[in-house]
Amino acid sequence: MSTKTDKIDRLAELTARSETSTGASLWVEAFRRLRSSKMAIIGACVIALFVVLAIVGPWLAPYSAEAQTWRNEVFRNQGIFVGPRADNWFGLDHLGRDEFSRFLVGARQTLLVGVVATLLGFTVGALLGGLSGAALTLGGRIGRRVDTVVMRFIDMMLALPSLLLAVSVAAVLGQSLTTVMIAVGVVQIPIFARLLRGAMLAQGGSDYVLAARALGVRRRRIVFSQILPNSLSPVIVQATLCLATAIIEAAALSYLGLGNPDPAVPEWGVMLAQSQEFFDAAPMLAVYPALGIIITALGFTLLGEAMREALDPKLRS
Amino acid sequence: MSLLELNGVKVHFPIRKGVFVDRTVGYVYAVDGVSLSVEAGQTYGLVGESGCGKTTLGRAVLRLNDITEGEVVFDGTDLASLPDEEMRRYRRRLQMVFQDPLGSLNPRQNIESILSEGMAAHGIGADQDERRERIKEILAKVGLPSGSLSRYPHEFSGGQRQRIGIARALVLEPDVIICDEPVSALDVSIQAQVINLLEDVQESMGLTYVVIAHDLAVVRHISDVIGVMYLGSLVEEAPSDLLYAEPRHPYTRALMSAVPVPDPEVEDSRERILLSGDLPSPASPPSGCRFHTRCPWRQDTLCATDRPELRDVGGGHRVACHYAAEIADGRIRRADESVPATPPGPPSGADAQPAAAEDAGDASEAADEGPAERRPEPATSE
Repeated sequence: MSTKTDKIDRLAELTARSETSTGASLWVEAFRRLRSSKMAIIGACVIALFVVLAIVGPWLAPYSAEAQTWRNEVFRNQGIFVGPRADNWFGLDHLGRDEFSRFLVGARQTLLVGVVATLLGFTVGALLGGLSGAALTLGGRIGRRVDTVVMRFIDMMLALPSLLLAVSVAAVLGQSLTTVMIAVGVVQIPIFARLLRGAMLAQGGSDYVLAARALGVRRRRIVFSQILPNSLSPVIVQATLCLATAIIEAAALSYLGLGNPDPAVPEWGVMLAQSQEFFDAAPMLAVYPALGIIITALGFTLLGEAMREALDPKLRS
Repeated sequence: MSLLELNGVKVHFPIRKGVFVDRTVGYVYAVDGVSLSVEAGQTYGLVGESGCGKTTLGRAVLRLNDITEGEVVFDGTDLASLPDEEMRRYRRRLQMVFQDPLGSLNPRQNIESILSEGMAAHGIGADQDERRERIKEILAKVGLPSGSLSRYPHEFSGGQRQRIGIARALVLEPDVIICDEPVSALDVSIQAQVINLLEDVQESMGLTYVVIAHDLAVVRHISDVIGVMYLGSLVEEAPSDLLYAEPRHPYTRALMSAVPVPDPEVEDSRERILLSGDLPSPASPPSGCRFHTRCPWRQDTLCATDRPELRDVGGGHRVACHYAAEIADGRIRRADESVPATPPGPPSGADAQPAAAEDAGDASEAADEGPAERRPEPATSE
């Protein structure tokens, strides 16, 4: 690493700025770094494409995703699947539905499951972790006790295998898309809780918090205006990365048959599950939804990694 | 009545173990009975090696650490026994400057927000406009452009950041500022600027400083009185010139002998005392005199059994050593010291490797009258 040239660049940058210019907060700087990262741009493009697809997919779809339009054709050729052709770009599935339309429409369900599940995990996890971290930082016997109770609860959740936990939730709530969302979200709660608590503890021991205490700032204000904002960035990064996992896990649950009870409604995980039966005859039916899942997950992962790098103050040049 | 008085301050950190119930299995005796007093307008320097408890002591004064025992009397009030909320209000008058200029500034707050945080906490200034005016005054005082207000800490250089840290303490118009290694994280060229700034504001605002440092030159320059700490307690305290001229405690002598002299001839011939061993763990400090495990002047009686108190040896010079007078007279010699041919002469070059001549038995034989002062620049005040 050539720190010398970096320093000169930095110096030039500083002198170029006018004396009265407003300073750039860490968020602004992070965004600037994010914009110059190829990884972030690719990730953001993939995600944008996916979101657009999820929104306008049903209108783009050339045929109905649920109607078995070419039913007769498929049943006539027992066992021989109709591959891609001019009318049906991705071919037909085992019930004579247009695979391309199903793919486009399925994006919406997939995104919905991923986003809602992650949002659920993030919200509940951050609340629990924040409560725990704040209680511990505010100190006192009660604070420690609150933290212990919350963390043991989180540890219990963490000890359960995630898929098993998801299956149990699904077993209790019955088979539906909501179940999948809840199941996937619940699995993510301990991740967010531990992460936020850990970050808050780390920040709580930092010098600027000590400085704030020395200034005579009230403890509550220290927790909410100093520690919390500085602890959020790893959690936000984790949320992006979790979106990718959530989509994959939702697909896995749908694949296990815990998803939407109506198999006609397309979702990439369901499509993948259904195609398994006919994998020998029509492997392409598995490839389309699988590719969709992989590319989307990759997009979120790329953006998440880029955000992690952009937000890490240690990597700031 | 001194402005700040510490009486037998102890800070012990419990070592906790256990899965469900925390058991205390021992204590780290970070600060173990320190008494000192700081007069108004004075600068008190605290020196000592890493881990000797000087930072902990500094933080204990502001109650950033819990005080296990003892009193911190500030302006007639014992801070150690104040309820939390009252202590919080007292912090307006006792401020602190930290070692790490970047780490002690919240990276997500701009300068204006950082500097007004303390004023808001203490209800100084009616609104943000009034506070901003005051911040601008202070910024000018510490030599930062007023355009810095909306900038963030990472956009400043190390020296500027430390100025911000100082400004943060100054906006509250405190009486005492505790400077915890205020310049050790800065370049040498910047150190001088920051020290001068500290001295300037001391004069113009009538501040009292407690400066914690390990750089002896910095402490000497800035302090009126210096206290030397070793393993949680004060071993020597004296007005700074006196301490540098005549260090009386063996540890202080060793510390002083480690300071290089910018004169090659003196540097070659000066006496260097190399301490053997490491700093003992503060979780299980040695019995008796804390320093006896490493002291080259150690005696068979008292040292290992009795803990020496700080005793006044004249001129405001306080030493915690049973044999300070004998060592100064030369009646006790270092165990690793070769006997000089003529007692008053300075030791020869052979002394540069003191470990080579380890005739421990010599210590008591050569007891007659050694040189009272063997340092190259003797201040013959005795």
